[in-house]
Amino acid sequence: MNPNNGAATNRGILAVGAYLPRLRLDRKSVAAGHRWMAPGLRGLAQGVRSMANWDEDAITMAVEAGRRTLGGAQTPAPQTLTLASTTLPFADRLNAAVVASALGLPKTLSATDSGGSLRAGSSALIRALQGSGNTELLIASERRIPRPASTAELMAGDGAAALLVGEGEPIARLLGAASLTADFIDHFREAGRDGDYGWEERWVRDEGFSKLVPPAVKQALDAAGVGADRIDHFVMPERLRRVGPLVAKKVGVRSETIVDTLFERSGDTGAAHPLMMLARTLAKAGPSEKILVVQFGSGCDALVLETTEQASGSDAEPAWLDDGQIETNYLKYLSFTGQLDLEWGMRAEMDNKTALSAAWRAEETVQGFSGGRCGECGTVQFPASRICVNPACCAVDTQQPYRLADEPAKIRSFTCDWLSYKPCPPFMFGHVEFDNAARVLMEFADCDPGDLAVGVPLDMVFRIKDLDAMRGFRRYFWKAKPQLKAGE
Amino acid sequence: MANGIRDRVAIIGMGCSRFGERWSDNAEDLMLEAFAEALADAGIERQKIEAAWLGVCLEENNVGKTAGPLAQGLRLPYIAATRVENACATGTEALRGAVYAVASGACDIALALGVEKLKDTGYGGLPVRTRGVVADLWMPNASAPGAFAQLASAYQAKYGISRDELKRAMAHVSVKSHDNAVLNPKAHLRNRITIDDVLKAPAVAEPLGLFDCSGVSDGAACAIVTTPEIARELGKRDIVTVKALQLAVSNGEEAQFSNWDGASIRTAEVAAAKAYREAGIANPRESLDLIEVHDCFSITELVLMENLGLSDPGRAPFDILEGRYDRGGKIPCQVDGGLKCFGHPIGASGLRMVYEVYQQVLGRAGERQLGKADIGLTQNLGGHPHQNVCAISIIGRLGA
Repeated sequence: MNPNNGAATNRGILAVGAYLPRLRLDRKSVAAGHRWMAPGLRGLAQGVRSMANWDEDAITMAVEAGRRTLGGAQTPAPQTLTLASTTLPFADRLNAAVVASALGLPKTLSATDSGGSLRAGSSALIRALQGSGNTELLIASERRIPRPASTAELMAGDGAAALLVGEGEPIARLLGAASLTADFIDHFREAGRDGDYGWEERWVRDEGFSKLVPPAVKQALDAAGVGADRIDHFVMPERLRRVGPLVAKKVGVRSETIVDTLFERSGDTGAAHPLMMLARTLAKAGPSEKILVVQFGSGCDALVLETTEQASGSDAEPAWLDDGQIETNYLKYLSFTGQLDLEWGMRAEMDNKTALSAAWRAEETVQGFSGGRCGECGTVQFPASRICVNPACCAVDTQQPYRLADEPAKIRSFTCDWLSYKPCPPFMFGHVEFDNAARVLMEFADCDPGDLAVGVPLDMVFRIKDLDAMRGFRRYFWKAKPQLKAGE
Repeated sequence: MANGIRDRVAIIGMGCSRFGERWSDNAEDLMLEAFAEALADAGIERQKIEAAWLGVCLEENNVGKTAGPLAQGLRLPYIAATRVENACATGTEALRGAVYAVASGACDIALALGVEKLKDTGYGGLPVRTRGVVADLWMPNASAPGAFAQLASAYQAKYGISRDELKRAMAHVSVKSHDNAVLNPKAHLRNRITIDDVLKAPAVAEPLGLFDCSGVSDGAACAIVTTPEIARELGKRDIVTVKALQLAVSNGEEAQFSNWDGASIRTAEVAAAKAYREAGIANPRESLDLIEVHDCFSITELVLMENLGLSDPGRAPFDILEGRYDRGGKIPCQVDGGLKCFGHPIGASGLRMVYEVYQQVLGRAGERQLGKADIGLTQNLGGHPHQNVCAISIIGRLGA
């Protein structure tokens, strides 16, 4: 297949998904905390920004976006996984390998972490769409921790988006793309450090967006053979407020095509954001609509896409763009992001050293949430064991791996424990009973004490189990999230 | 089937230290306090002890590994000594070792001693600790109250009882134990509390509040055992024997398989049935004069009344509220204050329970002496409701 002639092939975006953490930090609460020293932040204090829970990071959010993308029965299994982010928790331990393990992808997978700039996601998307043959899963995920009282603290949000790219019956195809690479430093962040250092916004606007974006867009439009005025959706995250209309005007895109940046609902999810905005656009677009995606950062990426007959043209917002839960406690945000060191008491001193050899033995069990199903009696159990737990069976070595992550379950018993240390007390946990009769003692995630009751249905979510600050390690497992009633 | 242990072994001496926050004492001091009392009670020389079992649960806290701390602390003369551990049922495990050694004929006189020195932790409650390199990867790092609180939510759901009704019955459990402990000079907590105090106490793990939780204490308890024949030779007239010793250990069914209701301690049901059979007790509600159960939390004591066959399923809250397990009730429970108020030095607790039954049977319980006390049951639980070891012993007058 000719990678320069995408429209003539069946290669394209086969599925999309995105994930926003449940918590939405109220910007007014942030600005109120800083009013004494930075009253100017008031101007940005509108709406909410998404906020990772204490047990979420770029890996866990990527897993959730990936699950939503691969969830459809029709989606083919990917052979390649790219995880794009500037905030991956590990500098050396393939973050994509954790995601692959949690998604239950086969070990024959080719997986890559991609970072370096906010273009990590958009550049990876261009490469995936211009490739051939392989089915590629691309996930972009970001959890930035800007300095308190910076504008970035208010602008940024946490979240992830995923696209499955390959041959088949795509929702959208690539018509043309272009990249421009320049060491234009509107902001930077040293490796291993939180918080960007950025230059004057007017300079970024005048020398950056105004001069670097238009040539890349023109090149992409030319490659696509599409005039700017024929673009139906202009997808561009705004590093600066209201830079979208400026760029639209410069490149000749109609201003009414500018896609909502989700500023008031999530904030800018960094490398994930162009993909997240695209995921939302694709969820709503009808057939034969043309989409221009632009991402700025150390240059610029531009993609021109066209939707196919598979595009649904739905008016409804995608489910992942729900209202979440408003968080007005800025101190909680500071604590979750490690910027406020609270007195947690001696119970927090427990050493969470992970035995890496044990973790490898348990990799499928723990990261893949894989139990065992007895071949003799059908009993599903967690963890898998040599002897079946069913007292009427006790067959030996009969269990086949059985993934529990996507199985329906409900609460059998619960408590809200104020004694055990948790970064967000109380520690809520209980016996979880799966519809297949497996039973696991699990932590509950993303809920309040009032959400817990015997019989409440649960979804499984992949989360940080323990942090090991002494060694810079973190381990992951699944938690049970109560399905909240409508309106909660 | 084997004949069991009934009346084959006699307890000739027991001791128990004062339980509490023994800031000025080491484990060695606690062991010696219990041992000295037991030795004097038995009326033997220490050289007569041929084998010993030491029960310690959290050896890393103070005591150390092996039975060495016992042999060194008591200067035992190079005898066989073994350290045992079965979580909070460790004390009864030490007794099992000594009793079975005598019953087997391997030795004439054996010692069981349980000790725990917990109050060097720096904070209240049991020390936080790892579950091991594999379990820590996925198992919630639950506190003991959190794990036992699960019983309450499952019990409410199973029997359709409201949280407030259940809380009231649980409060009665704690108030009763505080009342009893006032009469016990060795108890850790010797103050009366009211139902209102319990209901208004700070939450520890919903629905357990502060007064639903047992104390964490330092202490030691000790038993010296031999055969009834040797007991007679030693001049003992009133002989207390072991009627039953049973232990049931979870095999993972409760934790992993959906055939457990979450509202009961299954091991207690199994061990109790075997213990009644071993002791020749057909109707425990009529035969037992007192019981000492593992009331680590009020809800634990409540469900145990059903699991031991003393209350009908779903009826324990009502039996409790009617006073059936009060000091003046049909089956007095925790007349010494229980774990709740006597205290809970883990390794000692199982032997402390036996100590109380032994004193009651011998009529030596002082102010808290019950009228008829020929036979009593102790139930000692280690672990969490879904994964535990449950030890039950029945102790009574020889011939009863």
